Amino acid sequence: MIENLERVIAECPFFAGLDHGFMDLVVGCATNVRFDTGTYIFKEGAAADTFYLLRSGKVAVETFLPNRRPIVISTLAEGEILGWSWLLPPYVWKFHAHAVQNVRAIALDGKCLRNKCEENHDLGYEILKRFVRIVEQRLDATRIQLLDLYAA
Amino acid sequence: MTAAIAMQPMIPQPHAVRDVVEETADTFTLTLQRRDGAPANLFEPGQFSMLWVFGVGELPISISGDPGQHDRLVYTVRSVGKATNALVSKKHGTDVGVRGPFGTGWPMHEARGHDLIIVAGGIGLAPLRPVIYHVLSHRKDYERLIVLYGARSPRELLYRKELAAWARQRDTQVLVTVDYGGLSWRHHVGVVTTLFKFARLRPAHSLAMVCGPEVMMRFVARDLESHGLGRDQIYLSMERNMKCGVGFCGHCQYGPHFICKEGPVFSYQRIAPLMEKYEL
Repeated sequence: MIENLERVIAECPFFAGLDHGFMDLVVGCATNVRFDTGTYIFKEGAAADTFYLLRSGKVAVETFLPNRRPIVISTLAEGEILGWSWLLPPYVWKFHAHAVQNVRAIALDGKCLRNKCEENHDLGYEILKRFVRIVEQRLDATRIQLLDLYAA
Repeated sequence: MTAAIAMQPMIPQPHAVRDVVEETADTFTLTLQRRDGAPANLFEPGQFSMLWVFGVGELPISISGDPGQHDRLVYTVRSVGKATNALVSKKHGTDVGVRGPFGTGWPMHEARGHDLIIVAGGIGLAPLRPVIYHVLSHRKDYERLIVLYGARSPRELLYRKELAAWARQRDTQVLVTVDYGGLSWRHHVGVVTTLFKFARLRPAHSLAMVCGPEVMMRFVARDLESHGLGRDQIYLSMERNMKCGVGFCGHCQYGPHFICKEGPVFSYQRIAPLMEKYEL
């Protein structure tokens, strides 16, 4: 099972090029999970202690306004990373994550990985570099979305 | 360009409205047929016509129909002003004058034997629909067809039934995204560039055709480059204030180019320096 997890994680672009020793540390924090369509994977305000490597299915990242139905901010699918609030205090989710299709994912225990990153700053730097890239891509997409591209 | 058009490009041919389909709240698809019963002027995917709304004005509109259907011309029009509103309000049987087709088409010949990456935003899917029709009716001439389409919301998507039908074709991948999706929306939410990571791209083997607002095309071209396509593999459909349609009047001048004659389709390699200039 661990061998299978290692293979799946190693094939994920997010972890591409990660040193074998670091990979062992990451795999030690990983488990396979499934979420049925309609399930909330996490909700705004809850403790953010996990992040997910999506293997299949689709997740809507949602928020809500008073007296309004939830709004889907973005969708994430196969190969993408769900969640980075586990990385920074106060370790609380800022949005809902809602499985809009059946989801298979690798769940990575954020607290476990944070502790390993504190103990091994080289691992911490590798993980942080990868998350900064995700944050940059999503910030870029958000900025473009703010331009209301299709209005002209 | 047909001989007749080449000789008399400024004289509109009388056409009758045969059908009007409401695509979205403000966008309509009109089917026109010639009054004299003759076949429609042949066109290349990507070309446009000048449509006369008699008594109101003339509009440049891309042809959005099937180039294999020779008895009609089809246009998808967003109602944004007096002339477009008058055009989309036309009833069955009423008259519209047609000049053209004008301009350069998409590089269908160069695309043969390649994967085609179609990227459209909003009403930008209209000038690309003839490409999709052409590829699907000449399937052996092309490799993968990838259609990436973005709009503000599900309500503003064009050709929804066709998108679903195209997605069922072999070697065809259709991905649709919106900026604001309701809870019943089951496709992607995010800008059109976020779809690239889900597309089965073979950059070295591909040609990209992009149409939408210019700012969207700029970001799409940038991302296509970052995925490994060369500028000479990326084609964009540009839009300016086309009037005469034949490069006489200069209204659509874009740097050294006349969009109506040298465009509207340009390779990104040719126009990238102009797209980087402010206020052009």
